[in-house]
Amino acid sequence: MANVFTNIGDWVNERAPGLMPMYRTHMTEYYAPKNFNLWYYFGSLALLVLVNQIVTGIFLTMNYNPSAAGAFDSVQYIMRDVEWGWLIRYMHSTGASLFFIVVFLHMFRGIMYGSYKKPRELVWLLGMLIFLVLMAEAFMGYVLPWGNMSFWGAKVIVSLFGTIPKIGGALVEWIMGDFLPADATLNRFFALHVIALPLVLLLLVVLHIAALHEVGSNNPDGVEIKKGPKGNRWDALKPTDGIPFHPYYTVKDLVGVGFFLLIAAFIIFFAPTFGGWFLEHDNSIMANNLVTPAEIKPVWYFTPFYAIVRMIPSFLGQAFWGVLAMFGAIAVLFFMPWIDRGKVKSIRYRGTGYKVSLGLFVVAFLGLGAVGAGVTAEVIPEWFGNVDLTFWENLFGRVMTIIYFGFFVFLWAYTYFGWEKTKPVPDRVTVHD
Amino acid sequence: MANEVVDHGRRRFLTATTAVVGGLGIVSAAVPFIKSWEPSARAKAAGAPVTQSLKKIEAGQQLIVGWRSLPVFIVNRTPAQLAVLPAQDTRLVDPKSTVDQQPKYAQNGTRSIKPEWLVMVGICTHLGCVPGYVGEMKPEPFDPNWQGGYYCPCHHSRYDMAGRVYQGVPAPKNMQIPPYNFIDDTTIQIGVDPKGAA
Amino acid sequence: MKQFLPSLALALGLLASTIPAHAEEGHGLMASGSSVRDQAALQRGAKLFFNYCVGCHSLKYLRYSRIGDDLGLSQQEVMQNFDLTGARFDDPVISPMPSESAATWFGKAPPDLSLEVSAKGADWVYTYLNSFYLDPHSPIGWNNTALPNAAMPFPLWELQGTQTAVMKSGSSDEVEKLQLAHQGKLTPEQFQQATRDLTSFLQYASEPAALQREHYGIWVVLFLALFTLLAYVLKKEYWKDVH
Repeated sequence: MANVFTNIGDWVNERAPGLMPMYRTHMTEYYAPKNFNLWYYFGSLALLVLVNQIVTGIFLTMNYNPSAAGAFDSVQYIMRDVEWGWLIRYMHSTGASLFFIVVFLHMFRGIMYGSYKKPRELVWLLGMLIFLVLMAEAFMGYVLPWGNMSFWGAKVIVSLFGTIPKIGGALVEWIMGDFLPADATLNRFFALHVIALPLVLLLLVVLHIAALHEVGSNNPDGVEIKKGPKGNRWDALKPTDGIPFHPYYTVKDLVGVGFFLLIAAFIIFFAPTFGGWFLEHDNSIMANNLVTPAEIKPVWYFTPFYAIVRMIPSFLGQAFWGVLAMFGAIAVLFFMPWIDRGKVKSIRYRGTGYKVSLGLFVVAFLGLGAVGAGVTAEVIPEWFGNVDLTFWENLFGRVMTIIYFGFFVFLWAYTYFGWEKTKPVPDRVTVHD
Repeated sequence: MANEVVDHGRRRFLTATTAVVGGLGIVSAAVPFIKSWEPSARAKAAGAPVTQSLKKIEAGQQLIVGWRSLPVFIVNRTPAQLAVLPAQDTRLVDPKSTVDQQPKYAQNGTRSIKPEWLVMVGICTHLGCVPGYVGEMKPEPFDPNWQGGYYCPCHHSRYDMAGRVYQGVPAPKNMQIPPYNFIDDTTIQIGVDPKGAA
Repeated sequence: MKQFLPSLALALGLLASTIPAHAEEGHGLMASGSSVRDQAALQRGAKLFFNYCVGCHSLKYLRYSRIGDDLGLSQQEVMQNFDLTGARFDDPVISPMPSESAATWFGKAPPDLSLEVSAKGADWVYTYLNSFYLDPHSPIGWNNTALPNAAMPFPLWELQGTQTAVMKSGSSDEVEKLQLAHQGKLTPEQFQQATRDLTSFLQYASEPAALQREHYGIWVVLFLALFTLLAYVLKKEYWKDVH
């Protein structure tokens, strides 16, 4: 038996001699810093969720009907009539939300440890592209069940493009293929959601990982292990502070995978709507172009960006400033490698100004999310009684918007003018238990 | 640096255990996906037994009803049509219905529970076309000595009035008789065997 | 890092504290206490639904056969007690009332209730069922504090009896509370239990898979806990190499 496998292995190797070296380059001889902490689980977890979305998505398309008349019914058909259809759908819907949780944490890790800095700018840019495509993918997927939130979400988000002066109106009609979200819209979103964007996403993920393996992983100390001493127990020429990705990080990531799946399973089996956060109540009502849901808001992962649109008033008779700000909030992240000119990568050795501003940035992001999700609209009257809700909500939201963008301005000035007082970076990575 | 010795046995054991448990997990996770291909509740509802009254079908007439998306022929055969059946035997592929194309209770000369009532899945056993009912006994272009039966438009397969296939045509087997039973004298239920017959 | 973690924890804590706030959308609702785990309650709720509701409301996504399977009832029991329209056992529950005439009688067609609890929440449905009162100003004679000017007459009045509204002092349309004017066949406690059962049944109708979901969920979670533990031990073993 063992002989048969060896023979097959030899047969393949002879015809594809590049396979084994490729495996070694990316697995057994990819030396990753040995001091990865909790934050380093989220990359492999994002990959896991991507696989989950693709597999469950393929099975959903087998019973989903992309038409305005049939989409909503077909979702209930999956939930009730298809054997185990409910599980497949809940895995997909929960996966979508978990994807964003994991990706947000993964991005935050990158910011915190300066993983976008030289020589990893390309890794960061490819990652940002993934994030952008992921948002488009999620938005279109959200429209497909054709509930009332799907419909109005599609209408509002597509209308964002309508604020562009002069061409806006025509652009909106072109995107929808109709004067309202309709059959044509649903069909094209379905095609993009299940074929076009996943292909782009997969390509970008491959490039993201390839670019990473080209330069090697960063680590919580922001130390370049390739510049450190050479020689370890596996290879005399490889970095002393590096360990082979396989088996050490594969087994470590396996622990992360197990723990993550435990949480995911808990949500899927015991709280699939997550109290209306992952699957919204109003989406249990079929799309109705005559009745807007009382609380029209995007799914939670878009709320910080959506809040920015709401917080910017119209100016000079144009509404597109808010939309511009929203896209700006994402676009500015692309420029992180050039905004941050600090000499030190990791937050561990950076100045107090950086730590405080990053903390404020997180607060602003979550605060904007709370505004966008309508949490502040509920909490303000509850905590402060009978006050002018619009005034206080706008004040809070605008302060958060200013902090969000202020972070980037401050970070640039703080590092450009050399105000940052950094701590000495050690020569070797440090390991805390 | 490495002053303790690696316990390879323990490592192999743990790797194998984790792999087996993880593999079990993947296999179990695949089960719902595989099961999702089974007929859904809607398909099963559409494939549920069909009840049909025979009152309005006159002698020599055929009624086609849908069952599991299949056309089911119900024919009230005339005494004349029944009388010529035994005479066809020498021209047929499987005159005694030995091939498993009918329930046991329909494995007889008329391939039916009651001689006059033919209940049959109207699908040609060649490539799945629906044969036409040509009940009259008169010379036909495809057979000058036609004794009534079915003629498939696709590849000219011919069957007699019990759905038995003639020799020398592409179709290999007699047409299928579905499970059915008589609820009362004038009502049949297609899809369910008679009580006591499995 | 050291200053950072507390601030992150604080921010996450703030976010977490908003989750229940968001979940209990719509204030002033009664807690339904409904549950799909009690099969007897589901059976009682189904009986109420088919006695009082199905005349106008359909459950178009729920088949009679599914109700039988999930509620532990035989085909005969389901068809004799619940099927008023001559539908087949595999058919979905469709109200015998033609929707066009319903629209003329009530101003709008009675909604399908298959997803009512998913859309509005169990507490809302329960509150609605307990909030009908006699209103001389309403064209149908009834009104509801949970859904003012509801187009629906109160079908359960023979069970609950009739409630009347006590207005806020100095107001003619702001209801302060409802009080029972005449008791029906049930005591107030029995009626609350009945509406709780009915709400449980509608909750089940919204998501029949909930029964399987929780049944399998426990095993999946236990399995994953075992797997995570194994993976952890394996990781510890390999990482003995790393110093």
